[in-house]
Amino acid sequence: MAKDRTKEIGAFAAAPDDNLIICRCEEITKGEIRSAVHDGMFTLTEIRRYLRTGMGLCQGQTCSRLVKAIVASELGVTPSELEPAASRAPMRPIEMRILARDLGGDQHE
Amino acid sequence: MRIEEHPILGAPQRGRLITFTYNGKPMEGYEGEPIASALRAAGVMVHRYSKKENKPRGIFCAIGRCTDCVMIVDGKPNIRTCVTPLTEGMNVETQYGISGKRKEGSA
Amino acid sequence: MKRYDLIVIGAGPAGLSASIEAAKRGLAVAVFDENAKPGGQLFKQIHKFFGAKEHKAKIRGFRIGEDLLAQAAETGVEVVLNAVVIGLFPEKEITVKIGSDVRHFKADTIIIATGASENMVPFEGWTLPGVIGAGAAQTMMNLHGVLPGKRVLMLGSGNVGLVVSYQLLQAGCEVVAVCDMAPRVGGYGVHAAKIARCGVPFYMEHTIVKAEGSVQVTGVTIGRVGADRQVIPGTEKHLAVDTICLAVGLSPMSQLADMAYCAMEDNPRKAGYVPVVDEFGETSVPGIFAAGDVSGIEEASSAMIEGRIAGVAAAYRLGFIDKTALNAQVQELKPALSSLRQGMFAPESRGKTITKTEEGCAISENLLRVGFIAEDEISRYPGVTKQKGVHPVIECTQNIPCNPCQDACPKKCIRIGSQITALPVVDESETCIDCGMCVASCSGQAIFLVNEDFAEDYATVTLPYEFLPLPPEGDKGFALGRDGQKVCTAEVVQVRSAPAFDKTHLLTIKVPRDMAMKARFYKAEV
Repeated sequence: MAKDRTKEIGAFAAAPDDNLIICRCEEITKGEIRSAVHDGMFTLTEIRRYLRTGMGLCQGQTCSRLVKAIVASELGVTPSELEPAASRAPMRPIEMRILARDLGGDQHE
Repeated sequence: MRIEEHPILGAPQRGRLITFTYNGKPMEGYEGEPIASALRAAGVMVHRYSKKENKPRGIFCAIGRCTDCVMIVDGKPNIRTCVTPLTEGMNVETQYGISGKRKEGSA
Repeated sequence: MKRYDLIVIGAGPAGLSASIEAAKRGLAVAVFDENAKPGGQLFKQIHKFFGAKEHKAKIRGFRIGEDLLAQAAETGVEVVLNAVVIGLFPEKEITVKIGSDVRHFKADTIIIATGASENMVPFEGWTLPGVIGAGAAQTMMNLHGVLPGKRVLMLGSGNVGLVVSYQLLQAGCEVVAVCDMAPRVGGYGVHAAKIARCGVPFYMEHTIVKAEGSVQVTGVTIGRVGADRQVIPGTEKHLAVDTICLAVGLSPMSQLADMAYCAMEDNPRKAGYVPVVDEFGETSVPGIFAAGDVSGIEEASSAMIEGRIAGVAAAYRLGFIDKTALNAQVQELKPALSSLRQGMFAPESRGKTITKTEEGCAISENLLRVGFIAEDEISRYPGVTKQKGVHPVIECTQNIPCNPCQDACPKKCIRIGSQITALPVVDESETCIDCGMCVASCSGQAIFLVNEDFAEDYATVTLPYEFLPLPPEGDKGFALGRDGQKVCTAEVVQVRSAPAFDKTHLLTIKVPRDMAMKARFYKAEV
């Protein structure tokens, strides 16, 4: 299972497509993601925090599924065995300025 | 690149023809259409250059999700041109990286 | 805080259908959508839908969208646009970005109808301008009237890839090829046949090696893949294109359900990570429902019915209707939904290799391999008969849930029966009157009227035609075969257009008699 931290996945081995951009916003490559797994980042939430995949302007709209597949393959599990990264508000890119202007419940209408 | 008559949809409904500027040059487009459409019709493919690798990016999803098509619009960076309506006199510029700063030496 | 009986997230086919049903029953309903216009993807769907009457079959998607919007207005649904829902909480509260503010709204029931997002596939050069999603192509040409490019490679042979390829041709682009890693065409055979006869080649078991170009796409290299899904060296092929269109599947946009602590599952039959729902679409959080692609990727027709069921169920939950009414109304909708989930392409069949139709006819292998039915395969299907005079030839060879042809024929020459996925059968005892209704009503454009006794040595073939310019009567050109290759010279002897045909024109071409079963498209002489 993906959460088994004792699982032996071997050393990182370079591959010809390591330069392939996976997260288009933050420009994170396949090699960086694979290597992060070998650094001990076994979950999508960790990868996201460590590399910023899915943390750019688009908020993972494009790369989430791709990152999941790469991490799963590196761990030798199927993508469905990996828990998806936590879904949190804000679900969409939003300027901090606007997020800070939270009107709460009763400041309108 | 514009469709004048479509076999199913007929002639596209368009706003009035207006002028905007693209990197300082005057350009024409239809009011209310996405900025990206006006640029595509004018043959502009590159909307921005990425931050780390300085690679060109353009329209990718066209529905405001991927943010690849962001540009500097009226001085404001990271504007999704595929979902932002074109208005008269708008100032649209190629974006370098993710801030509004212009790359040194660029037009 | 503003409160509603029901908040719907997403104004696409599922969300609008849900809102309408709930509002009809007296609920105060608001629909929030992040886009400037409602309708979801419906307004980009310019093809005629499959299904039966109750699924709005043979109606073009954008007209269904117009109809839903009119009904939403009539029933008093509040549609809030440019409203991005950024948070959904189990207490049935949402946070929404509207303009430069974040606002909160609460409701007693919530229906999540956020739809799907496009999957993408990385390859060398995939970040270049000119590489776009299939949805982007549809948006640009069908909503904004701008071509995405001139010469397009389509990656993906599922229904989206096939339908968008056809739309690209209609808009005036050249589709240089459809390419897919899979060994068999993934979408409906009729959609593949529609573009194959226009001359679009299919490269199955092929993938993109790289997008060429330094500033924008100037070409593409594709290559054949081996059993290990890697490109076999030496099979690379360069194609001159300016656009690469990606149609490699959709994923449910289910993050809001996850955020609200709805129980989730990763279900390959639903094409991804989805909230677990009961027969009414209700999630594990009472009062929060999910409908449409967000709870499993299907067609818009299914999304609309799921939406309606969830809308009715929300009305029941809040006491606007009683249990008897709920059951009666849902029992009416259920069969319509299950009939869409039958046949070769049903969610249950995903991943299975089907070799025979329900009738026992062998599936056209050629259709799956290169997008068109081979000549020696065509006569095995019950819609293909040889008769004196004008008669329909129905090249519908897979079990898909669709039956408008049966109702279209005023002489009842065409029979599908009660099993909606059955292959249409041509009844040879009835006489075809050459009205053309079947040709225009077939969403798959798979029906032709053939007359092998038109004149001495000549036959006519009447075919559906949805391109511009429409050739005039007397026009001379070429007949193309199912593979899009010229088979003979042809003359247009009749062009029929009628409001009932809804922009599908009927072109009757005259060809040498021995070409009657070969000629399936017309190309003007240039």
